[in-house]
Amino acid sequence: MAKEIYLDNHSNAKIDERVLAEMMPYLKENYGNAQSMHALGERAKEALEKARQQAGNMIGAGVNEICFTSCASEANNLAVKGTAEAFKHKGRHIVVSGIEHFSVLYAAKRLGMMGFEITYLPVDKHGLVSPDDVKKAIKAETILVSVQHANPEIGAIQPIKEIAKAVHERNVLFHTDATCTAGIVPVNVEDLGADLLTFSSTQFYGPKGAAALYIKKGIRLAPLIDGGIQEGGKRAGTENIPAIAGFGKACEIAKTEMETNARRTILLRDRLLDQLPKKIEYLYLTGHPSQRLPNNVSFMVEFVEGEGMFLLLDQKGIYVTSGSACASKALKMSHVLTAINADPAIGQGSILMTLSKYNTGDEIDYILAEFPPIVKKLREMSPLYSYFLKTGRRKAAGPGTDYDHEHEHEHEEVL
Amino acid sequence: MPFYSDKVMEHFQNPRNVGEIKDADGVGEVGNPVCGDLMTFYVKVQEGKLADIKFKTFGCGAAIAVSSMVSEMALGKTIDEALKITNEEVAKELGGLPPNKMHCSNLGATALHKAIENYQNKNKATP
Repeated sequence: MAKEIYLDNHSNAKIDERVLAEMMPYLKENYGNAQSMHALGERAKEALEKARQQAGNMIGAGVNEICFTSCASEANNLAVKGTAEAFKHKGRHIVVSGIEHFSVLYAAKRLGMMGFEITYLPVDKHGLVSPDDVKKAIKAETILVSVQHANPEIGAIQPIKEIAKAVHERNVLFHTDATCTAGIVPVNVEDLGADLLTFSSTQFYGPKGAAALYIKKGIRLAPLIDGGIQEGGKRAGTENIPAIAGFGKACEIAKTEMETNARRTILLRDRLLDQLPKKIEYLYLTGHPSQRLPNNVSFMVEFVEGEGMFLLLDQKGIYVTSGSACASKALKMSHVLTAINADPAIGQGSILMTLSKYNTGDEIDYILAEFPPIVKKLREMSPLYSYFLKTGRRKAAGPGTDYDHEHEHEHEEVL
Repeated sequence: MPFYSDKVMEHFQNPRNVGEIKDADGVGEVGNPVCGDLMTFYVKVQEGKLADIKFKTFGCGAAIAVSSMVSEMALGKTIDEALKITNEEVAKELGGLPPNKMHCSNLGATALHKAIENYQNKNKATP
């Protein structure tokens, strides 16, 4: 079989066999609805509550503090909109970082259209939010601050404890989207100071279709989905038992194995972070040098465009992703690269590689051998590169330059 | 269905006529590095025909394939024939492009026309 090297683990990691084995009975013989009172219903209910225990254990939460959802996006929406709805009598101001996942960002944007005031926090060039900026942003009307634990695109890990402390000093609720960190690095809700915390297991070898919002005891959010009494009325709808059972198992495994996995991926990560800039000129790492996810390798390659790189990598069986305009449907540089003030022309050459426990040293050797010729090939075609070689200068780009008048494409807005 | 047609992928991986012409008769450039596409076309004209076409393109798979395709379509054609080639025809010849690539990346014919216009303007200037 042709080589397949999967480096898109932020999008979804390969399921662990033990997780799959845990799920199978609930796809086959134990098909009951967890709300049914008969024996088959009971079996489903037991799986649901076991998973709740496992998920809570991993993040140091009580069983009554875990609310299962269908995905992390839903959990983020529940955190943002559910808080807004439940606490709007106290105030209508919400603070989020500018580099949140779209499920936080656009949930906030929608609230903005409904009359809430939204403050977007800036980040520094490494993608970190300053706790001081959080302090300054909070007002008497603020009801929620949401800052992600780590960024999926550049891997920067936020100083969450300090941010949570700043938020709690003002008696405001704090939500963190820990989708990139839970199960990958230790996440403890008390230690972090989170009132609400989103996590899913798709990055740590669990299935799609289940995630959770930690809701600290005593906090009552308004549900997004009204209906039955599932999840204590916080989230109606028949529970996806196979996915939830798999999510729980993935949490249980991660609790004991995440450190080993992190040590492994850090070795591979650091080889890429160290070697790629040595093998490819004008390659710039993005994210924070030390406050970085163990599995994240993100960078920008100047004079070439990201999609071209990933298509050629794809031909070699190396599966990565790109934050370039052409690789995204909106046809503009990612909001994360914009927020860290990346040069918009260089940002077109962004590549994201995310590792898992399944990656090997041999695979890293293969990438280090195959990637530089791909960049070379594309640079030989690039007018930006030949201009640079001839003049030693970079073509100016962006508003107010020669190219500004060309910037007239119809950009699709999500909202 | 894959994102790009086989023909787009083939041109992207083996682009024709990549390069520059040092003593080009005309040079044309379109695009914007901020949007992720920049195409520079060079033409050499002999007896009213495009005797040589070279290009350099910074951009996605579609942008490179489009540049390659239009260079192949126009090579050897008269100036009038080349000026009649539209971006839509180039996309059609490639077996179609994804809708979101039609505006941004499908500028090959425009870049070629600019190079030809550059040649025509230079010839006007010298009596």
